[in-house]
Amino acid sequence: MERLTSREVAICTGTGCLGLGAAKVVRAFSSEIEKRDLQNDVRIKETGCPGFCEKGTLVVVYPPGVYYMGVQPEDVQEIVEETLVNGNLVKRLLYSDPVTGKKAIREEDIPFYSHQMRLLIKDNIKINPKNINDYLELGGYSALSRALTQMKPQEVIDEIKSSGLRGRGGGGFPTWQKWQSTRDAPGIIKYVIVNCDEGDPGAFMDRALMEGNPHSVLEGLIIGAYAVGAHTGYIYVRMEYPLAVENARFALQQARERGFLGKNILDSGFDFDASVHRGAGAFVSGESTALMNALEGKVGEPRPKYIHTSECGVWNRPSVLNNVETWANIPLIINQGSAWFSTIGTKRIKGTKIFSLVGKVNNTGLVEVPMGISLADIIYKIGGGIPGGKKLKGVQTGGPSGGIIPAKDLQTPVDFDELTLLGSMMGSGSIIVIDEDTCVVDLARYFVDFLCDESCGKCTPCREGLKRLREILDGIVSGSGSEGDLLLMKEIADLMKNASLCALGRLAVNPVLSSMNYFPEEYAAHIIEKKCPSLACKALVSYLIEPELCIGCDLCLKNCLQRAIEQEMGICSIDQSLCTRCGICFDVCPPKARAVKKVSPGLCQPNDYGGQKRSGKA
Amino acid sequence: MIEADSEKLDNIIKKYDGQEGFLIQLLLDLNNELNWLSKDVIWQLSRRIGIPKSQIFRVASFYKAMSLKPVGRHKISVCMGTACQVRGAERLLDTTESRLGIKPGETTIDRNFTLNRVNCIGCCAIGPVIVADDNYHGRMNSKKTEKMLKTLGAE
Repeated sequence: MERLTSREVAICTGTGCLGLGAAKVVRAFSSEIEKRDLQNDVRIKETGCPGFCEKGTLVVVYPPGVYYMGVQPEDVQEIVEETLVNGNLVKRLLYSDPVTGKKAIREEDIPFYSHQMRLLIKDNIKINPKNINDYLELGGYSALSRALTQMKPQEVIDEIKSSGLRGRGGGGFPTWQKWQSTRDAPGIIKYVIVNCDEGDPGAFMDRALMEGNPHSVLEGLIIGAYAVGAHTGYIYVRMEYPLAVENARFALQQARERGFLGKNILDSGFDFDASVHRGAGAFVSGESTALMNALEGKVGEPRPKYIHTSECGVWNRPSVLNNVETWANIPLIINQGSAWFSTIGTKRIKGTKIFSLVGKVNNTGLVEVPMGISLADIIYKIGGGIPGGKKLKGVQTGGPSGGIIPAKDLQTPVDFDELTLLGSMMGSGSIIVIDEDTCVVDLARYFVDFLCDESCGKCTPCREGLKRLREILDGIVSGSGSEGDLLLMKEIADLMKNASLCALGRLAVNPVLSSMNYFPEEYAAHIIEKKCPSLACKALVSYLIEPELCIGCDLCLKNCLQRAIEQEMGICSIDQSLCTRCGICFDVCPPKARAVKKVSPGLCQPNDYGGQKRSGKA
Repeated sequence: MIEADSEKLDNIIKKYDGQEGFLIQLLLDLNNELNWLSKDVIWQLSRRIGIPKSQIFRVASFYKAMSLKPVGRHKISVCMGTACQVRGAERLLDTTESRLGIKPGETTIDRNFTLNRVNCIGCCAIGPVIVADDNYHGRMNSKKTEKMLKTLGAE
């Protein structure tokens, strides 16, 4: 590799990499570069999340784009010495194929990236989200200028219409239709809103976009405002994403300074400004009408939707609310044309979708693929399969309102309609892979518990129905389920589906129904045999130490918080009456011994420090 | 209410002067500043901004970001999002609970720790995750948790 004087070191400082120590890596680079007096030759750029969080901290050296993974502060000196000064590679930090062991140097050589189609998140690693110049250098705000100077508002809507873009928040509603009805609604005051209240557990694409490339979202928002005739916008970000709040505020301020916001934007005569609103921690606030209540400073409860929010939304004015990802698609469509956009995806659904691929899969992270790709391709080609040689049990999509799709249906193309047919949904795009160690009954209980916690309590079917479902599922996972439980749950689910006020209650039954539908044998094992086949339900398993395998290392004894382990003649054993089934002994038992075993059905009820029931607001 | 708090309250109110629908944003700032919202603070706030106490209480009790109880010096949040859940967050929570001797939503007697469970903080790829005072700790296990709690002063 040639030695170059002007180099750039891009370091991912998204929340994921920060959690793995990116801040220390940045500091190490600064001091190392200063120490060698390279400040004039090498620029450090703190960027947004490019998606491969699993391998954080990610560091890319430009040119030519050497992709280092899992970088720790102690690796920095070597990278500076070898790559920046001597022009060599640090091979141990490159991506290495788990099967062939082949090293990949650049992004496009890494299978995780090369099987994707990255339109929205490809720039994240090139942009410092706090610096508008980075976005401008990549052609940012050219779509805005084009829309404002060369297109009439109706033409913008027509362009979006022919692109076939559908909302990415979960519903899949045609974007142009919302825009059109707001545009046609009477009144001068209208609003446009970015929904970045990404509450679905397991989904973080909105966070990555808002943190990593906030200007692309903002540019889309301004174009949308122009199209529908709005002069005020809101960016609603949940407060659990402090970095997204910060970067969105930075973006607004810098856009204002450059004249992309404010009066007479780019001399077009169009006025628009926006502000950031923080969500205060309520899952249901992500629902469009609830979000509008929250914007008005009220409790975030949904309103009945007799009248569409596009005609009567915030402060009873026509309002367009779109998801972060939807807004980020707008500049792409305006720049490259609807004809190009509609070539991507399936017949019915166009464009790409960002999924968060998490759970029991080798390569976790954000994955952007064209609509219609199969789940199997996502999990095996991009995700690199299941770790530890375990068997894939299923895939949970759509968050708490989605369902569990069994392994046999993995060839299903991913789009809004196909997943709904399977009793799940696409939702905001979380793909949670579960293997044989995850109990689907417990997972269903987890979602019901989650939603019980998050239900606003306004309508009875959701508030009471969820509580009863939780009671029943709590019973099943703790071994006191009875055979009538399944019928009763179906009955409650039917009622909730038909009578709940908003989608939270209507879809809350999906995890329960889909797991009962696809995994009836697991329910039967819990109810009849009092056994958890995945060895996951605490009340139904016991931990044992096999005396002939125990090597007497005492690690379990030292780590047991309950002091439930005693040692006699160099062999450990567990006092079942004290054991809370926390599993520390199982974790610390040396791999060469593997003396701690899990068995189900359990030998007795666990000492209930935590128990199965856990709920309630802080 | 002590004078310093009263001043903070005034400054925050000033920030939202003349705006509509500011109550949630104001309460978030106030909670950040004072760590929790006492009855007294809500009383004072109601008098100064002319919004009924009942309405303020309703908002403050609905949203998770606001606390109506005093919280400890260190806030430990164990993420219970689905991705963390399937990677063993429940067990992590158990460890933290028995280590600190408190349940989620509670504060230790010495007011050093408050333990919370949070529903997904969007770091799913590096789960299970614990957030300790705004610092994100990825790929946690019992051992690392123990170490982290010790550095924060757990006995």
